[in-house]
Amino acid sequence: MIEFQGVSRSFAGRRGEPVQALRDLSLHVREGETVAIVGASGCGKTTLLELLCGLQQPDAGSVVGAPAALMPQRDLLLPWLRAVDNAALALRVHGVARQPARDQVKPWFERFGLGGFEHARPYELSGGMRQRVAFLRTLLAGKPVLALDEPFAALDAITRAEMQGWLARILEQEQRTVVLVTHDVEEAVLLGDRVLVMSPRPGRIVAELAVDSRRPRERTDPGVVALRTRALEALGMEHA
Amino acid sequence: MRKWLLPLLAVVALLAIWELYVKASGISSLLLPAPQDVLKALVDDRSTIWHNFKPTAAEIVLGLLLGSALALLAAVALHFSEIFREAFYPLLVASQAIPIPILAPLLVLWLGFTVLPTLVVIALVSFFPIVVTTLSALETVDPDLIKLMATFDASRLQTFWRVELPSSLPGLFAGAKLAAVFSVLAAILGEQAGASSGLGELLTITESNYEMAEAFATVFVLSAFAILLFALLTVAERRALPWAYRLRETETR
Repeated sequence: MIEFQGVSRSFAGRRGEPVQALRDLSLHVREGETVAIVGASGCGKTTLLELLCGLQQPDAGSVVGAPAALMPQRDLLLPWLRAVDNAALALRVHGVARQPARDQVKPWFERFGLGGFEHARPYELSGGMRQRVAFLRTLLAGKPVLALDEPFAALDAITRAEMQGWLARILEQEQRTVVLVTHDVEEAVLLGDRVLVMSPRPGRIVAELAVDSRRPRERTDPGVVALRTRALEALGMEHA
Repeated sequence: MRKWLLPLLAVVALLAIWELYVKASGISSLLLPAPQDVLKALVDDRSTIWHNFKPTAAEIVLGLLLGSALALLAAVALHFSEIFREAFYPLLVASQAIPIPILAPLLVLWLGFTVLPTLVVIALVSFFPIVVTTLSALETVDPDLIKLMATFDASRLQTFWRVELPSSLPGLFAGAKLAAVFSVLAAILGEQAGASSGLGELLTITESNYEMAEAFATVFVLSAFAILLFALLTVAERRALPWAYRLRETETR
């Protein structure tokens, strides 16, 4: 489904000096699986997702894969649009008229726990609800791959835990190919079928951990705890 | 209640200080008439003032609308084309430095003793602040939003229509509020260069007759109209872009 082969990518730093974000990175994502990529801040995770979404091209190596839709870290809902119209944004861009687009979006609101908020403006929604609308917008973009960039990083701890459980249930129902990037090891283990650990810049994959249990998983599950420890070790943070 | 009471009290206080100053200093009423006399002139000459207010107000509103429409078009053109921006932005700035008394007689020569020269002057003066604020709103659209639209395969035009244009509207209103105040001054200068009616023309006549209380009464009306325009634009903005206000509130929370 997605194949990164020896990908390197640099960008110009603040003083114009080249900064190597990724060096010789290879990864493979199978159809229908959720791959969680975990790494410290500034390890090139966002660069990886932008390569995946075709927003950037690699300096070396190759990126082959089905088109991906991006769910950015901040919800980036358009403040002048109602929740339904925000969720329908990609449909509208693809030429669907307003009413058919709304009709297509509305059944999802009930499923996503957003029933009754179809016509709310983003500022009337809580942080967790805004993230759900943003996820719905990505889901309905009609791309085979979903690229999630630290989707819950901006939420408070309680809402984040709720949203992780919510997304785990959704991913179990909706078999999608998902690449989730996060700096939260626990989130990676709770949501991924596989967890890839990235080194600090220049980013490479330094460990791959398979998660066997089905979602939704309990944080306190011994398997989850063990994997979390192994991922932290791979990040070089075993004493953290 | 407080919203109305406080500015009203400030105006009354200002008038009181002014009245006291005129009484205490014995300044010539040819330089500064007392507020009492100005208010009296306002009442006595109300039909003349009203008669001249109507064309001036119409010019200001029309000129402002014309200036805003042209400014929005210009801001979009400057935003889309780097060549256009590099070529014309300096000229745009320079055009604002031309004193209206230099420009207005030329316009009268070209367009005649009609409302047109005044209209052009108002549009020209309101054009610049609106271009600057609208362009700045267009240039500061969140780059991540542009990327998001790219992952939805949006064309340049779709991104403009769905993201950039709505984002620029608060800038357009900010510029229009500035322009509303400038346009009142522009109307007076435009009319003084050659018009057969209007408050600018009335000001020319009363000043040359040393009827300073009458001249100040005219200025009162102009100031009140500037406040009215500003308030109307504020209300219109709140109505048209409620999200822009709520955005600011949530960000400061």
